[in-house]
Amino acid sequence: MNGNGNNEMKEKLIIVGNGMAPGRMLEHLFEHAPDRYQVTIFNAEPRVNYDRIMLSPVLSGEKAFEEIVIHGDGWYIDHGITLYKGHKIVEIDREAKTVRSDHGVAESYDKLVIATGSVPFILPVPGNDMPGVLTYRDLDDVDAMILAAQSHAKAVVIGGGLLGLEAAAGLQLRGMDVTVLHLMPTLMERQLDPAAGYLLQRALEERGIKVKTKAETKAIIGKGKAEAVELADGSTIDADLVVMAAGIRPNAWLAKQAGLEMGRGIVVDHGMRTEDPDILAIGECAEVGGHTYGLVAPLYEMAKVAAAQLAGDTETAFVHSDTPTKLKVTGIDLFSIGDFADGDDREEIVLRDATAGVYKRLILKDNRIIGSVLYGETADGAWFNDLKKREVDVSEMRDTLIFGQAYQGSAPLDPMAAVAALPDDAEICGCNGVCKGKITGAIGSEGLKTLDHVRAHTKASASCGSCTGLVEQLIAATLGDAYKPNEIQPVCGCTELGHDEVRRLIKAKGLRTIPEVMQELEWKTSCGCAKCRPALNYYLVCDWPDEYADDYQSRFINERVHANIQKDGTYSVVPRMWGGVTNADQLRTIADVVDKYDIPTVKVTGGQRIDMLGIKKEDLPSVWGDLGKAGFVSGHAYAKGLRTVKTCVGTDWCRFGTQDSTGLGIRIEKFMWGSWTPAKVKMAVSGCPRNCAEATCKDVGVICTEAGFEIHFAGAAGLDIKGTEVLGHVETEDEAVEHIVALVQMYREQGHYLERIYKWVKRVGLDEVRQQIMEDHDKRIAFFDRFVFSQKFAQCDPWSERVSGKDKHEFKPMATLELEAAE
Amino acid sequence: MRWIEIGNLNDIPRRGARCVSTPAGKVAVFRTGNDRIFAMEDHCPHKGGPLSQGIVHGAAVTCPLHNWVISLENGQAMGADEGSVQTIPVKCEGETLFISLDQLSGERAA
Ligand code: SRM
Ligand SMILES: Cc1cc2nc3c(=O)[nH]c(=O)nc-3n(C[C@H](O)[C@H](O)[C@H](O)COP(=O)(O)OP(=O)(O)OC[C@H]3O[C@@H](n4cnc5c(N)ncnc54)[C@H](O)[C@@H]3O)c2cc1C
Ligand code: SF4
Ligand code: FES
Repeated sequence: MNGNGNNEMKEKLIIVGNGMAPGRMLEHLFEHAPDRYQVTIFNAEPRVNYDRIMLSPVLSGEKAFEEIVIHGDGWYIDHGITLYKGHKIVEIDREAKTVRSDHGVAESYDKLVIATGSVPFILPVPGNDMPGVLTYRDLDDVDAMILAAQSHAKAVVIGGGLLGLEAAAGLQLRGMDVTVLHLMPTLMERQLDPAAGYLLQRALEERGIKVKTKAETKAIIGKGKAEAVELADGSTIDADLVVMAAGIRPNAWLAKQAGLEMGRGIVVDHGMRTEDPDILAIGECAEVGGHTYGLVAPLYEMAKVAAAQLAGDTETAFVHSDTPTKLKVTGIDLFSIGDFADGDDREEIVLRDATAGVYKRLILKDNRIIGSVLYGETADGAWFNDLKKREVDVSEMRDTLIFGQAYQGSAPLDPMAAVAALPDDAEICGCNGVCKGKITGAIGSEGLKTLDHVRAHTKASASCGSCTGLVEQLIAATLGDAYKPNEIQPVCGCTELGHDEVRRLIKAKGLRTIPEVMQELEWKTSCGCAKCRPALNYYLVCDWPDEYADDYQSRFINERVHANIQKDGTYSVVPRMWGGVTNADQLRTIADVVDKYDIPTVKVTGGQRIDMLGIKKEDLPSVWGDLGKAGFVSGHAYAKGLRTVKTCVGTDWCRFGTQDSTGLGIRIEKFMWGSWTPAKVKMAVSGCPRNCAEATCKDVGVICTEAGFEIHFAGAAGLDIKGTEVLGHVETEDEAVEHIVALVQMYREQGHYLERIYKWVKRVGLDEVRQQIMEDHDKRIAFFDRFVFSQKFAQCDPWSERVSGKDKHEFKPMATLELEAAE
Repeated sequence: MRWIEIGNLNDIPRRGARCVSTPAGKVAVFRTGNDRIFAMEDHCPHKGGPLSQGIVHGAAVTCPLHNWVISLENGQAMGADEGSVQTIPVKCEGETLFISLDQLSGERAA
């Protein structure tokens, strides 16, 4: 598998474009002929191969980009592939058998695969190139849309097809006011009949998306940037953002320039070969048998054929098949396949249930299904598709056909029995063309137990995900009781949602208060419980630092009153001693406070500072007042937030010290105090590897060396004992601060409430954290900046606020009743 | 029943509590999210935790010490835990709150 070694011997394979089709082709190729080629890829997009289909969930906020990457950087390294990111090929020289990129890199090939995909169709109207006009094709488009959506302004989406509607739904979830303009009388007219198109329009309108059909765009107008869209009927619609999703065109100019035969796309034979025997074309840019394609299922078929070709098998040929259409908008179920035009030779069966919003239509020709449109209830899509593909004569079951598979035969089947009854060659996953037999076979032969296993081994449900339910039923039916769905742990009994979903949806839907979260995410209780409320409060504090008004009633008592409750109902008070360093003034103040308030216990904590225990709640504000006069601020010993930064004496005194560990510790503590985190964060800085500050069992630790700073993380020494992992090495103190702050911010944004760093890292992976913090400069800076921004609102001493009267009610009884009153 | 005035409804934050010191011990007065008022001894049936310091949710409070959940309506521990706190009659006239200590046993009088 490894590309090292005798590269000289290998044939050179160059791929232009790093999209979904060639990614799949390489997987097949490495399976069949692992050592035959030395592979080089040029990709105009500056990134690895990702699941383009899933851009819509990224746009809506339901997924992060990292979750849709198909091949991470490691994959290319493992296979010895050279990937030129951000290199667009501008010329193919068929004589010399070379390609040249826009950055001037030239490489020669033995075999060339063109996989340049499609380009969005830009309406030829005035103003189509103004700032504010976007298309919807790649991650950059999504990023631009997300940025535009932050203003919560108006968006117009031109095109009411699959892409346009997914863009509209995503932008609406991001808080924009969205209007869809569609040229035809009903939405998605190529995949849906008018009745289903109408239901779809109504469902979108119910969500607040405006839809205007028969709308012909005449111009995009504005001064210097898009401000409105003008229609042919003279009306205008305000728009700060215009998304053109009016169709795609095969991206074939490169091949055309190279003199290859052109139709709508690059013409290839059923073996994916162009007229040049050394050049293949696959994906949306290719035209085979007169067809070009815009959904991945046939492209994956092309990928398989091309891989076979490259491996020396010239027999395998591409076969055309219809692909079902599904819309990936959460809450809207639709399915369509085949031909559903009216015609004299056709019959139709229709079922409508207006209250349930269900519409189903089957189109038959010669007693065989040739097309179907399902809206509102799509569970039988796979079955209808199967009947269509196998051209089954349905006369026997005509009367009950439309009710679905469950109604065939004597007794209605439950969904499990229904999947169990599907024939082995029934297609389950449309995107990846995986049939039932392949899944059940793999479950048996590979001992697969979970959905993730099945995805990894068969690719079923690994692309658009709309068959996930079906695949799960199939696993359940195959494994019986042995199937334990890897279900998410709900936050608490008030919801079915897990922490990740809740965090994602808060951002995606722009939820800004606890009641709003509970309403929108359909909490089952009226005002949550002691588990979910503090979690939601934290997520909102973290996500909207400038806007969210902290809900103290949703904080645990310690965080509400900024002291630690003790078993007898009294409190302890732990002021900050930056980096564990103190002086005579501070100690004298503590001594005076202890005397004045008759504090029963004073103790040095394990975190290098002093704890005063047994203070009456009523006394807290005046204790803090006295401490504050000497410059003490809260030590947050009670907080899911930054606790202590332990230090050792370092170069100041120690004969082994290599760096100013005390200074760095103090600097970090002063920079980061006051921040709220998913669980507590403890840090330490040791001046040399002797590690006297015990930095290697902290959430974040630093070991100083002659060469700089070794940053550690993900340690703990509480309920679990865990040594740290090394995040990486940096040379300067400034870099150390930058990396540590970025790391903590990443954790703040991703951690589940009460999940310490080491547990979060276990979930997301060490390498992922290292990659984002150590290697990705832009990400690191962005994390750092977001932390700094949130500190503007977090870094105020809660004690002095309370000394000045904040939350007075917390510290005094409401009333004190005298003896006679109670008689 | 003898009613004793203890203060105004708005002295207590929504989904919050205050305590009232009485000769028969501390009383916790709760205000729910929908402005229902409850009162009970400020003493968890588990190990005496101060219920007035807990998180109020629905018509229940979670004790700050070990997370028992106590029903505000009847003072019973909910879920798997067993035990109960003495509830105390409380009423709200206009915005003025009153409690009655007639039933308080006084055994925990401090
Ligand atoms: C005061 C102190 C003990 C001492 O006298 O030295 C202490 C006291 C408490 N610790 Fe601790 N821990 C103290 C250092 C530690 C350390 C040592 C350290 O930080 O170097 C650890 C192990 C390191 C670690 O966290 O990985 C430690 C691991 C815990 C844990 C287990 C956490 C875990 O995730 O495994 C808890 C329980 C929890 O947080 O849920 C805990 C919880 C507590 C609480 C807050 C219990 C509670 O919820 O009421 C105690 C509060 C006492 C109070 O009112 O002040 N304390 N605790 C130390 C205060 C440090 C400070 O200055 O802020
Ligand atoms: C938002 C969205 C939602 C979708 N939803 C679905 C769905 O639900 N189901 C479905 O089946 N399909 C869906 N699709 C379509 C599917 O994503 C495409 O069919 C598929 O990605 C095409 O794969 P490809 O390899 O042909 O091209 P692409 O994945 O487009 O990759 C082409 C790559 O080539 C690069 N490139 C182009 N020219 C050059 C050059 N000259 N030099 C170097 N590199 C070049 C491009 O930058 C691009 O990265 C969706 C598409 C989008 C945009
Ligand atoms: S180890 Fe920590 S939590 Fe346990 S008793 Fe001691 S201070 Fe309390
Ligand atoms: S004292 Fe209330 S739960 Fe333990």
